[in-house]
Amino acid sequence: MPDRTPGTPVRVDPRGQRFAAVLTSLVLLLVLATGSGTLLAAQAVVFALGAILGLRWSPYGWLYSRLVRPRLGPPQEFEDARPPRFAQAVGLAFAAIGMVGYLSGATWLGIAASAAALTAAFLNAAFGYCLGCELYLLTVRSRTRLGHG
Amino acid sequence: MSDPTGLLVAAVVLVAATVFGLVRVRRDGRLRDTAQGDVLRLSSGELGVTLGERATLVQFSTALCATCPGTRRLLAGVADGTPGVRHVEIDAETRLELVRRFEVMRTPTVLVLDRTGRVVRRASGAPTRADVVSAVELAAAV
Repeated sequence: MPDRTPGTPVRVDPRGQRFAAVLTSLVLLLVLATGSGTLLAAQAVVFALGAILGLRWSPYGWLYSRLVRPRLGPPQEFEDARPPRFAQAVGLAFAAIGMVGYLSGATWLGIAASAAALTAAFLNAAFGYCLGCELYLLTVRSRTRLGHG
Repeated sequence: MSDPTGLLVAAVVLVAATVFGLVRVRRDGRLRDTAQGDVLRLSSGELGVTLGERATLVQFSTALCATCPGTRRLLAGVADGTPGVRHVEIDAETRLELVRRFEVMRTPTVLVLDRTGRVVRRASGAPTRADVVSAVELAAAV
């Protein structure tokens, strides 16, 4: 079931996120190579599913649990699902901007936004580094600073 | 496929991210000497609990932080196994005044305090057990 109860954090297999990040990186590379706004739109849908329903319900998470995890065995540890879900939402924002860029003919915007999303996905895939999560505290800090004038 | 700009940008992104990632891996969680000159302190009043008799491990966390739970387990384990050492976790979002004062840019950020509350060492990112143990020894020796 998708997580709808804020009190109990959902635990996810961190290897599933790495797997999803690898697929995301490949798709974004393909987007940059072909300049396809449609492909980026598809990736935006994947991000949206991961952010709204949880990673297990995104297509990449489904592929992982069906094809990869049975071969790996049970995970050594689980992670809180909220950080990667936040990161998926950040990815969605960039994919949406890039999609508008490519589809409206502002190719530079499509390239810039896709490049930003690729940076985050690749850092996660290669180093397990969650850029979206790191940005979270900085956004909270700047938001309150603006609020206080 | 006619316009190579996208591919070129992708190549630059991959190279830059690899360099960034390698530097990050090397520096992440390293417990460093705090900046000389200004002595930073945390009081038990600010922490909401009494300071450890020998040292206090202060951890800044957020809910949306992937490595915070692992660091929590590590620091709590060190504190449990070392008499006079205490682990305190601070929710960065609700204590923004402390976040600003200690210039916390990322979570987890770990401060190692001596028994008077002076910051002896600090780390951005998840520290290793060996680093934490030696920083605690240093703080306790003060």
